[in-house]
Amino acid sequence: MADHAQRSTVELKVNGDDQVLYLDHRTTLLDALREHLDLTGSKKGCDHGQCGACTVLVDGRRANACLLLAVAQQGREITTIEGLSTGGELHPVQQAFIDHDGFQCGYCTPGQICSAVAVLDEAERGWPSAVTADVAAADVRLDAAEIRERMSGNLCRCGAYVNIVTAVSAAAKGGA
Amino acid sequence: MTVIEKAEQQVGTSTTRIEAVDKVTGAARYAGEYPLDELAHGVVVTSTIGRGRVASVGADEILAMPGVIAVLHHGNAPRLHDPGDATLLLLQADTVPHQGAVVALVVASSLEQARAAAEALVVTYDEEPHDVGFTADHPKMYVPDHVNPAFDTETVIGDVDAATQAAEVVVDATYTTPTQQNNAMEPHATTATWHGDHLTVFDSNQGAASVKQSIVKLFGLDQDQVRVLSEHVGGGFGSKGTARAPVVLASMAARTTERPVRVALSRQQMFSLVGYRTPTIQQMRLAAGRDGTITAIDHLAYSQTSTVLEFAEQTAVISRMMYATETLRSRHRLVALDVPTPRWMRAPGEAPGSFALESAIDELAEACGVDPIELRIRNEPTTEPESGLAFSSRSLVACLREGAQRFGWHDRDPRPGIRQDGRWLLGTGVAAATYPARTAPSTAAATAEPDGRFTVRVTASDIGTGARTALTLVAADALGVAPGQVTVLIGDSEFGQAMIAGGSMGMSSWTWAVTDACHELLVERAQREIPADGITVTADTAAKVKAMSRLSRHSFGAQFAEVAVDVRTGEVRVRRMLGIFAAGRIVNPLTARSQLIGGMTMGLSAALLEEAIMDSASGDYVNHDLAGYHVAAHADVPSIEVGWVDEVDHEVNPAGVKGIGELGIVGAPAAIANAVWHATGVRQRDLPIRPDRVIDTHPRPNTA
Ligand code: FES
Ligand code: FES
Repeated sequence: MADHAQRSTVELKVNGDDQVLYLDHRTTLLDALREHLDLTGSKKGCDHGQCGACTVLVDGRRANACLLLAVAQQGREITTIEGLSTGGELHPVQQAFIDHDGFQCGYCTPGQICSAVAVLDEAERGWPSAVTADVAAADVRLDAAEIRERMSGNLCRCGAYVNIVTAVSAAAKGGA
Repeated sequence: MTVIEKAEQQVGTSTTRIEAVDKVTGAARYAGEYPLDELAHGVVVTSTIGRGRVASVGADEILAMPGVIAVLHHGNAPRLHDPGDATLLLLQADTVPHQGAVVALVVASSLEQARAAAEALVVTYDEEPHDVGFTADHPKMYVPDHVNPAFDTETVIGDVDAATQAAEVVVDATYTTPTQQNNAMEPHATTATWHGDHLTVFDSNQGAASVKQSIVKLFGLDQDQVRVLSEHVGGGFGSKGTARAPVVLASMAARTTERPVRVALSRQQMFSLVGYRTPTIQQMRLAAGRDGTITAIDHLAYSQTSTVLEFAEQTAVISRMMYATETLRSRHRLVALDVPTPRWMRAPGEAPGSFALESAIDELAEACGVDPIELRIRNEPTTEPESGLAFSSRSLVACLREGAQRFGWHDRDPRPGIRQDGRWLLGTGVAAATYPARTAPSTAAATAEPDGRFTVRVTASDIGTGARTALTLVAADALGVAPGQVTVLIGDSEFGQAMIAGGSMGMSSWTWAVTDACHELLVERAQREIPADGITVTADTAAKVKAMSRLSRHSFGAQFAEVAVDVRTGEVRVRRMLGIFAAGRIVNPLTARSQLIGGMTMGLSAALLEEAIMDSASGDYVNHDLAGYHVAAHADVPSIEVGWVDEVDHEVNPAGVKGIGELGIVGAPAAIANAVWHATGVRQRDLPIRPDRVIDTHPRPNTA
């Protein structure tokens, strides 16, 4: 089989940088990041879309990178945990995770943080969740129940949930 | 590192994690994330039968596939020497002991190629009938010589049967706990590379020194030929306590292919290759006077092991030290089935054992009409009931009292099934927690650098416990300097023998060695100038640990839970939990609180969600992934509060540190089950407390 039948070129913008990759069609976005760009911050907890450890932002929206084929992401903007801090400044959510000890082993943490960054944005846009009392309301107040609901795709086996919710609340209040 | 609260000394000061920035920016590298040149990928192929033999491995077809470098199987794999753990003798024979056992490793240049080839590999089998049926009356049930790690299988004091017959009140019930899977978030992974005869492995484990010894023995190497590195570890909960399949397979494949090889298990493979908590069946009999004074405790625990290695969970051991009693019998039975080998999972023994004991205590309180906290206090022993040994410290009553105060226990109406909030019935429950506070020999080295800074090296492992940070505080105090002056290096077998991060023995053991090394360094440094390579002093606590007096050493705690039960759907929701613990000196309050909350969260998860379901026809778990095996998610976990009572105990180790890794999970499921009874009036003696179980046992309300 000719090589191009199994591999293609894909252009991605990753953390602001243009990347041109020649990838096996079977390569997931997660493996492209981890194996080809050495961005190992995005974690592989299940490779099946069941844990959220691989959560990244694709064109600003959160997605499980293990469920996306890299070659199907042509032209997309990908933000990983490595891209959240700029110029040595931590993102407010990252800082809140440190201050409130929102992690233990750290393996779910990049996914939790990327998810939380997206949660703040989704709430800002007024997107309701399953526990939003008034889905028509323009404002979503990110109380603990909202945060827990919206973060439930990100498992943490160390059981850091209580502190994660505190951290996300703090970041939400800080206007992150 | 930010100091959040100021304290005179560093130990006891809430301190954010040293590796925090690395972990929140993605810079922290775990074992499967080292980008070595020419790295090849090994994908494990596991058995698809319940028992039998491998008849053929279709390696030739696979070797023709793109990128495939090698197919290792029992017919061609390098020979290994038994390191005292038969689960590590991989690809040495054609026998298949259970579903999901390792039958081959496919190595290819890319992960995609290796995965495709592993999936395409045809393995044929001579199948034999398997037996995975765990029952108390299994004909092959036997009495193990000892239970994990070295407890007597049976102990008897007095005549429990006579005491039970004579008793005014008897609770006689059977409790069960299911197979629970550790499911650390980071799947077990190893990156292995040989330089000539020297092997370096980046491995996800709870103790690099212990993994190194297994590799030395397996491959017949000298001590200086192996280095194990484990700087960051994505959780373990016991499943990374000793070497597991990836480190063996990656080391083997790297030697065979002469390339660095990474082997990472899939989530599914973790269900059969890294250990799990055995299911248990526990017959519990308590006898007491009408006032609740216990006269007999009789605890009989059944569990399973595999045919590969005997692992006997110490389920009934908790009943030997928890409550005063005139007569006591604790016994274990074991059956070797065609199942994966169970190993340690957070609080082995105490976690399942406390579910039975602490549920039965609640039933006894109900039967006697005594408040369950009061009943525990009435049965508080002055010495350890079984051994008669003095306790080094025992603050259970203080925990119960403090917890009752903070939880608002005193207003509680003991009657079950009478509180309603819309469609929810509400209840509260309590249970006690305990775990042994042991210490094991460790070594550590402390260096005074010429620039005035200090470096401490100890083969500790930070699996999320905050060990790196806590040890920095300990070292800073021992040296009398600010924590910023000290660099603590861990996770490298070059630093010498040390206890693993397991059995709640890591901090207590490492702290002792680190403190000794620092103290000796100060003496040494006072005597001479610091040369260019610094002054290094090493300490070994082996002799001191051996000389410790015989005492009963344990941590304790009180667990409280409030639940809401929807009697129409059977759904149980935990509304809040409170844990008050006594664990000696708390080194870093910030991370200690997190670790205890983490244990309670896993306890909540065990109470309501977790069970690996074995299918008797295939001999395999039907729910071997995170979609089928549910662990608590954000929405399951409410407010959980943690506190501790002051406790000074210099008999556990000079620093007075008791481990807290296990304590938080112990008793949490019983507190929740007791709360469900208080809500509904129906006992839940089987974990997890699934909706169908609640519905089955609860009379349906006749109003909507
Ligand atoms: S690794 Fe993608 S969801 Fe688990
Ligand atoms: S911090 Fe370990 S899994 Fe979340």
